[in-house]
Amino acid sequence: MTKFKGKGVYGAIAIGNAALFKRQDEQVRRTHVDDIEAEFARFEEAKELATEQLSEIYEKALKEVGETHAQIFEVHMMMLEDDDYNESITNIIRTQSVNAEYAVATTADNFADMFASMEDAYMQARAADVKDISNRLINCLTKGESAGQQMSQKMIICADDLAPSETVSLDKESVLAFVTAYGSSNSHTAILARNMNIPAVIGVGEDFLKAVEDGKRIIVDGYTGEIILEPDAETESAMQKKQEDDLHKKSLLQELKGKENVTLDGTKVNIYANIGGVDGVGAVLANDAGGIGLFRSEFLYLESPDYPTEEQQFTAYRKVLESMMGKKVIIRTLDIGADKQIDYFNLDKEENPALGFRAIRICLTRPEIFKTQLRALYRASAFGNLGIMFPMITSVSEVEKILTVCEEVKAELKEAGVPYDENTEVGIMIETPAAAVISDRLAPLVNFFSVGTNDLTQYTLAIDRQNAKLEPFCDTHHEAILRLIEMSAKNAHAHGAWIGICGELAADTTLTEAFLRMGIDELSVSAPFVLPLRDAVRKLDLSK
Amino acid sequence: MKTFSYTIQDAVGIHARPAGLLAKLAKTFTSTVTLEKDGKSVNVTKLMMLMGMGIKCGDTVNFTVEGEDEEAAAKAIEDFMKENL
Repeated sequence: MTKFKGKGVYGAIAIGNAALFKRQDEQVRRTHVDDIEAEFARFEEAKELATEQLSEIYEKALKEVGETHAQIFEVHMMMLEDDDYNESITNIIRTQSVNAEYAVATTADNFADMFASMEDAYMQARAADVKDISNRLINCLTKGESAGQQMSQKMIICADDLAPSETVSLDKESVLAFVTAYGSSNSHTAILARNMNIPAVIGVGEDFLKAVEDGKRIIVDGYTGEIILEPDAETESAMQKKQEDDLHKKSLLQELKGKENVTLDGTKVNIYANIGGVDGVGAVLANDAGGIGLFRSEFLYLESPDYPTEEQQFTAYRKVLESMMGKKVIIRTLDIGADKQIDYFNLDKEENPALGFRAIRICLTRPEIFKTQLRALYRASAFGNLGIMFPMITSVSEVEKILTVCEEVKAELKEAGVPYDENTEVGIMIETPAAAVISDRLAPLVNFFSVGTNDLTQYTLAIDRQNAKLEPFCDTHHEAILRLIEMSAKNAHAHGAWIGICGELAADTTLTEAFLRMGIDELSVSAPFVLPLRDAVRKLDLSK
Repeated sequence: MKTFSYTIQDAVGIHARPAGLLAKLAKTFTSTVTLEKDGKSVNVTKLMMLMGMGIKCGDTVNFTVEGEDEEAAAKAIEDFMKENL
């Protein structure tokens, strides 16, 4: 049994036998030709054939993945007709008296290089499109056949990389999954896999290609990106179980997707998801969450060897906002300290870190860190529906100080002519008993509250959540906690603010009814809990 | 000659698909449609060059349309940009 790790592009599990992807990948040789006109004619003929093949692939894609994603093949046909591309090929044939294959390969390299050298990751992925159409042309020139493989049973296709046209050309009925050694998640191949609902893991690495052979048993986990080659019986049965659970969940998903979060008596609630990094967005969308209720920004600091720059932060925030296409995204400012430590912050060792120098306390002490993050956030606000949330609030004066910094940042951006969304909502975490108790004074200052039940529980009950010994004393449904939440909800609504819950308690379906009765407007949970929670909400009847 | 400017709203900019559609649309007119950004210009029927401009969200591009059907072409291109980009 050997394990490999790549990037899962479509979450699903496949268990089956490997089939190595075969293609007519001929080395292109440079040969001298005397009859240049005949070479032109060969090229024209090949182009015609390639266009024909592409239009067949386009029709197939239209049926299997829909018009939006099929259009790439229409673009391929247009790329084949591109004046500069054609001129380059005919020029090389004419000036160097060489064969068309060589002229196409050279032109392909030049154009692919142009795309690959661009800064934009999306455009870099277009180099693959140029290579794809050029390989097709070369195949048409040499054999007049397109790649395509017949298989008698469902297999897991293993390849170095798959071109978009190769992906679509595969017979969907005979493919259990694809695994590629290279490739980017931005590529059309990855997008097509997602749309064909085929589990796929890309970028597994060269070692995998060396180890895999036709017919070898293989498990593909599109969720974790893990590939298990020749699994033992125990692993295989565990993965079979995971696959069954997954299929069950997917059927639940199909049933509940697109449905409202509404109780039998018509009370509505927003169900959002929590994420800890840009790559969590896929799961948010796949589980049909209405937005992101808690985007923890710590990962930017944890993954960086030094303070992340404004630009790095802006890029990450913008990406999430754009991917969410106008849905609410609440980003929480830096929340380190306590159990999350970062070397370059050089924080002193503390006797009692949970009650120590953390989160907003660091930000208000070191305004340069705070301002950098806020500038990045406000700049990103122009690209979607952003809410900014501040952690560990205990007093009115803290919130006033925060709002002053926000105003400064906005004024600077306005001065510099940088766009931002004036209506960006600001909110605070209710995670200290102090904040809940004075929530009537905090609510007028902000647009929303979000209850962090993990910290609120530990501070209210004076129970260290890292200490397993205290578990018997830790009643997460303690009346004191529920009363603090209820009090905060009442005060929020009295001052026109909304209130959500983003801690673990939000996913606890035994409390959903209690929360809805308190008037909680939003519940934010980790993505896999979104649909089970929707299910629970839809079965409630608050009129009884 | 007709000219107009447009600022890209689409998140990924003028990427493969819309570039293809734009080139296709421009080919239906006899007028020459040129797109200019930061001093670099390209005939929009030249798909690869158009993609190679790397036009991103927030970039402002200037169009020049010149030819017999420039009136109709300019309108069609402008409508296309508004709708798709």
